[in-house]
Amino acid sequence: MVETKAQLKVLGVNIETIRLLLQVIIFISIAGAAISSRLFSVIRYESIIHEFDPWFNFRATKYLVTHSYYEFLNWFDDRTWYPLGRVTGGTLYPGLMVTSGVIWHTLREWFSLPVDIRNICVLLAPAFSGLTAISTYFLTKEMKDSNAGLLAAIFMGIAPGYISRSVAGSYDNEAIAITLLMATFYFWIKAMKIGSVFYGTLTALFYFYMVSAWGGYVFITNLIPLHIFVLILMGRYNHRLYTAYTTWYALGTLASMQIPFVGFLPIRSNDHMAALGVFGLLQLVAVGHYVKSKVPSKQFKGFLMVSLSLITILGVAGLFALTALGWIAPWTGRFYSLWDTNYAKIHIPIIASVSEHQPTAWPAFFFDTNMLIWLFPAGIYLCFQELRDEHVFVIIYGVLCSYFAGVMVRLMLTLTPIICVAAAIALSKLFDVYLNVVDVFKADSSDDIKVDSKKSKTKASTSTSKPSKFILLLSKGVVLLSFTFYLVYFVYHCTWVTSNAYSSPSVVLASRNPDGSQSIIDDYREAYYWLRMNTPEDAKVMAWWDYGYQIGGMADRTTLVDNNTWNNTHIATVGKAMCSSEDVAYDILKKHDVDYVLVIFGGLLGYSGDDINKFLWMVRISEGIWPDEIHERDYFTERGEYKVDGEASKAMKDSLMYKMSYYRYTDLFNGRDGMDRVRNQAIPATQSPELDVVEEAFTSQNWIVRIYKVKDLDNIGRDLHSAAKFDKSSNQQTKRKRIIKKPSLDLRE
Amino acid sequence: MAKKDSIKKPATHTTGSKIGHPINELISAVSTTYKDYINSLTPRLKLIDIFLTFLVLLGILQFIYVLLVGNFPFNAFLGGFISCVGQFVLTVSLRLQYNYENNSNNSSDKVEQEIEEKSIEDVNETKVDVDTIEVNDEKPFKFVTPERAFGDFIFASLILHFIVFHFIN
Repeated sequence: MVETKAQLKVLGVNIETIRLLLQVIIFISIAGAAISSRLFSVIRYESIIHEFDPWFNFRATKYLVTHSYYEFLNWFDDRTWYPLGRVTGGTLYPGLMVTSGVIWHTLREWFSLPVDIRNICVLLAPAFSGLTAISTYFLTKEMKDSNAGLLAAIFMGIAPGYISRSVAGSYDNEAIAITLLMATFYFWIKAMKIGSVFYGTLTALFYFYMVSAWGGYVFITNLIPLHIFVLILMGRYNHRLYTAYTTWYALGTLASMQIPFVGFLPIRSNDHMAALGVFGLLQLVAVGHYVKSKVPSKQFKGFLMVSLSLITILGVAGLFALTALGWIAPWTGRFYSLWDTNYAKIHIPIIASVSEHQPTAWPAFFFDTNMLIWLFPAGIYLCFQELRDEHVFVIIYGVLCSYFAGVMVRLMLTLTPIICVAAAIALSKLFDVYLNVVDVFKADSSDDIKVDSKKSKTKASTSTSKPSKFILLLSKGVVLLSFTFYLVYFVYHCTWVTSNAYSSPSVVLASRNPDGSQSIIDDYREAYYWLRMNTPEDAKVMAWWDYGYQIGGMADRTTLVDNNTWNNTHIATVGKAMCSSEDVAYDILKKHDVDYVLVIFGGLLGYSGDDINKFLWMVRISEGIWPDEIHERDYFTERGEYKVDGEASKAMKDSLMYKMSYYRYTDLFNGRDGMDRVRNQAIPATQSPELDVVEEAFTSQNWIVRIYKVKDLDNIGRDLHSAAKFDKSSNQQTKRKRIIKKPSLDLRE
Repeated sequence: MAKKDSIKKPATHTTGSKIGHPINELISAVSTTYKDYINSLTPRLKLIDIFLTFLVLLGILQFIYVLLVGNFPFNAFLGGFISCVGQFVLTVSLRLQYNYENNSNNSSDKVEQEIEEKSIEDVNETKVDVDTIEVNDEKPFKFVTPERAFGDFIFASLILHFIVFHFIN
């Protein structure tokens, strides 16, 4: 950087050339920073897929590259949702898999670089983060100028709010979705500005790509119409809006319906009705605009009033009528819970049970976007001051997304881009004023010199200038220095946050030994690998849905439920099996052909995300389906406490989950009471649970993953309880009593 | 046209209206518009308009058929109907871009434009910003030449038809 600035002074070549060169260098550095700051986890641990969802994406991608594209589209996956199976082609967004499949093929066949598909999947998000920075640059360039664009690009490159979802190894839909979001918005702004059908088409194509990649495309589907609608209300309609919007809508809607998962939703669901409504409105407004240009304005006013009121009433009434008749689907639960924030908690516990669907706390905003969060309102304010058509877009996006991000943690992700853009606008406005020393040195033509060289220059020349100039320069210098400090601090903050908070793979748990060295707890893979190696290939594993994808991905065994929570009843079945007594559970297990049951237990290690802590959600979800058999109240003590120790309620102690979690746990403590480090409660050694219907098959090193094998039916037809009791009594040989009595039995049928 | 409109602008704020009054105005507005439309028609625009009418008729025909027969292969209906709608809006966009009123590449028009701009600036010098916005509104497609508009139209139509064929199955 410094060398090129020296060249600028020394060589005095064409300023545009230097600007271009600088831009290229800046872009390369931004992409470098964006990529390298996402590699913490790969360098520290290894190159693996991290969270839960990406394991399915990875598995689907593997299927795509090992089979043909057509087989991928028609893939019926019989290894998940065991009795039901999953029509994968119709229930996933194929954009991510196809993208990495294309990259894999390109590298392999065109560049002769046969890279493992896993590495492509791991490193896809960092690669696309560079592209996100570039498209943010273009978007911001449309809003202000390229200076703001570069600032926004660097913000976007390293802002932790985006890094949190795009570190290396998080092979999730959001990895490419944010890039496509920015690209779509860029083309939209471009199309809206010049009214070009070409850019409208490009918007539609990127929108299609976005639809194929992420379910959050609904955000675009509602944001662009809202933008148009607000512009119409502001009286800013012109024909550019018509060409841009109608092109986008006609092509984009038709294109989005090509994705099997979306299907006819764009015309059937209420989430998409805003776009249709604005499309209709725009036709009428265009006609109105035409009439307005032909007739005197007095007449036009009457025309406008009559037609507008008629149309509004008819449109709204039509929408309500269609929704009431059931032709248009009402809001889906996930979207509805954005408006009525209590809805999910009351009606759909499975949505509320996901930690990402909780409201955001204040520190999270500051944590995720350090100083940008207080530049963000300033940027919005500055947009208001200028208020061109595209600034309306920034304002709407900012306001709407601030609300959504406040309601739901995971929507922080869509807020981050606009925070970066608005902050960059504010900051570059500030730099425009304070970097401009032309009015101080009238003769000096300082075109586009950056902060550092300016400092040296001004210091050198202060001796010749007057005191007033000196003070002016000093004030500018102070402001610039302080903001440079903030910027530098921002980089430190982002790197620190990324390194400490967002770069830990959830598959491998890292902890520190007392001497500071790192110890890695790898129980998950130990257990999954055991499953993979030591169980028959068609064994069915039952676990809570959180681990469905990982079992499918790592253990390669059939699961009953997984993270794609499309069938609530099936999940409730698993929940019921986990939270009811052994007899009831055994019935369910046998009916579903379950061979192994897997529970996560963190009591020994203090790993708090275990199944006992999730247990209440299992109870709630199954209570929603079987309110007669499962009662949440039963799992609390008399005083309403959730306890696992000696005072635990009877239903709790009888539940399969409890028994499986604490089976033989007190053996570890040599007959003393076992200490659960998560709950901080003692498991009494005398009441150690006994299992009759399942037997322990595997327990990992730190007891995190425990796998149980479901016993077969008894050979001579007893129920497993009495069989176990008989075995025990015969082993111990305690009761040597004979009771000769007629058993009370019914008639044999 | 633009000139007339912009001169009229300042006088807009004095219009009270009653309930019965607007309907008469509506009718007269429609009739003036229709007359004006007939007058301003060039052969090219006429061609486009005939095509537009044809598209509308086609769309209505399909819709009636669906109402009569039922929408069993729903994707086929949607494909056909949306291709009509899509082609319609694309053609309207093309028409808007062709319409010389909207396009400042016409040199004589440009001169007029500048004169007009000056006159407006003379009238109210204080509101320069507002005027530039309004002038901007009069010529929405500064950057789109008719040739480019046609190229864009072909590009978008090709993509539309590709998707429609894909969707019809």
